[in-house]
Amino acid sequence: MEARFFFNDMGVMVGRSMRHIFRSMDTIIKVAIMPIAMMLLFVYVFGGAIQSGADNYVSYLLPGILLMAIASGIAYTAYRLFLDVQKGIFERLHSMPIAHSAVLWGHVLTSLVSNAMSLIVIVLVALVMGFRSPAGILSWLAVTGILLLFTLALTWIAAIAGLSAKTFEGASAFAYPLMFLPFVSSAFVPTRTMPGFVRAFAEYQPVTSIVNATRALLSNQPVGNDIWIALAWCVGVTVVAYLFAIRAYRRRVLSR
Amino acid sequence: MTDSVIATKGLRKSYRKTEVLKGVDFNVRRGEIFALLGSNGAGKTTTIRILATLLRPDGGTSRVGGFDVVESPDKVRQSISLTGQFTAVDEMLTGRENLHMIARLRHLDHPRDVVEGLLERFGLADAANRRAGTYSGGMKRRLDLAMSLVGTPSVIFLDEPTAGLDPEARLEVWKMVKELAKGGTTVFLTTQYLEEAEKLADRIAILHGGRIIADATLSELKRLLPPARVEYVEKQPTLEEIFLHMTGKEAGRREEN
Repeated sequence: MEARFFFNDMGVMVGRSMRHIFRSMDTIIKVAIMPIAMMLLFVYVFGGAIQSGADNYVSYLLPGILLMAIASGIAYTAYRLFLDVQKGIFERLHSMPIAHSAVLWGHVLTSLVSNAMSLIVIVLVALVMGFRSPAGILSWLAVTGILLLFTLALTWIAAIAGLSAKTFEGASAFAYPLMFLPFVSSAFVPTRTMPGFVRAFAEYQPVTSIVNATRALLSNQPVGNDIWIALAWCVGVTVVAYLFAIRAYRRRVLSR
Repeated sequence: MTDSVIATKGLRKSYRKTEVLKGVDFNVRRGEIFALLGSNGAGKTTTIRILATLLRPDGGTSRVGGFDVVESPDKVRQSISLTGQFTAVDEMLTGRENLHMIARLRHLDHPRDVVEGLLERFGLADAANRRAGTYSGGMKRRLDLAMSLVGTPSVIFLDEPTAGLDPEARLEVWKMVKELAKGGTTVFLTTQYLEEAEKLADRIAILHGGRIIADATLSELKRLLPPARVEYVEKQPTLEEIFLHMTGKEAGRREEN
């Protein structure tokens, strides 16, 4: 039963949430606005005073800004899941003879697509602000892959929040600390200027390796170990968050 | 016994230390409207969730359409449909899209025909292209019921189908439930409104203290009490009759049975 209909059911669920996205284009813009404001602020206000060691600060900044956008974008994923729980839509679907995994995966794919759209908006603004990249097609593909993986990891974290929250505020509050992670990383300034403890945190948290890898790929520099550390973080977080999300789904939808 | 569509024996369920169901037994016959009556927290929703394969019981058995709800939930899901306490419609989608989504998930051969038929039958054809979020409470509930009927399930579970509805919408729901039963669908509903059970149900079971304390037709239940005495009481119109009169709806409509 499950497997035979998985693709049909998945298609229906994705079709449903794509409609949600196209009917709420404002959410795509809202997700992009805050990171764009940050980018303007850092480039045109603080930028002159920051010694990043790069000739083009927009290009230096962009990877961190993109991660920030993803962290705020997944708050909507949590919200959409929360609504489906509240409205009893998951219950209705679960009492039907369908592939149950398709229900959650539909939301996950939606999250990937809507975040990708916000990221494209931000990259376009960055181009206007002077972002340039000598990277070739392979590097761009690698960057796309890393950003998708990072979105996937955070989406499953959002799923945990959306499935276990009791209130709408609770469903999106988890995103704030994630949005601030880039500040304590190599996203805005090099970590070597930070005091000992902060520096240690900054260098070993996932955002730094993801930012470094993305930045190196976009500027045609050698990537080094950062890309493997970044991938390990993304895959690790995805797997752990996925398991907890499934547990939260069972607890919330199947017993009340 | 052979024609019972739902057969439940010794059903038990506890949440932490609270024992909600302490051995619930009942049978529902094909094509009847069965009302499970009980106060808030009596375990009505728990029972319906177990029957609809959403919740595992701690003990006892339940068979729906001949299949055990724990052992072969997929088989059970083929023949049932659940309308929960809250209207489970997708407010971002139009009425038509909501129905079409369910039709495709039920893997119907001609989803479009089924959807158009249901829109017509539930008086939603004119609003079919509007987002469900713009519907009134009654319309949402109608759409909700229509979604439950996609694929003509033989057993329908309605958990407090009229909670939170205005009197008009409530009468509409009652009418539809009666029509369903006439068409041979078995309807299992929970309610805390005595009037609803009285007007609608062929058989009424009262769930109290974790057990079924009565299970009979309305006339059988009435016989349990001392016979009625004849008294003369001036018949005042009820507020419901006044409301329906003033808003131009016939109160007589619900008297049709």
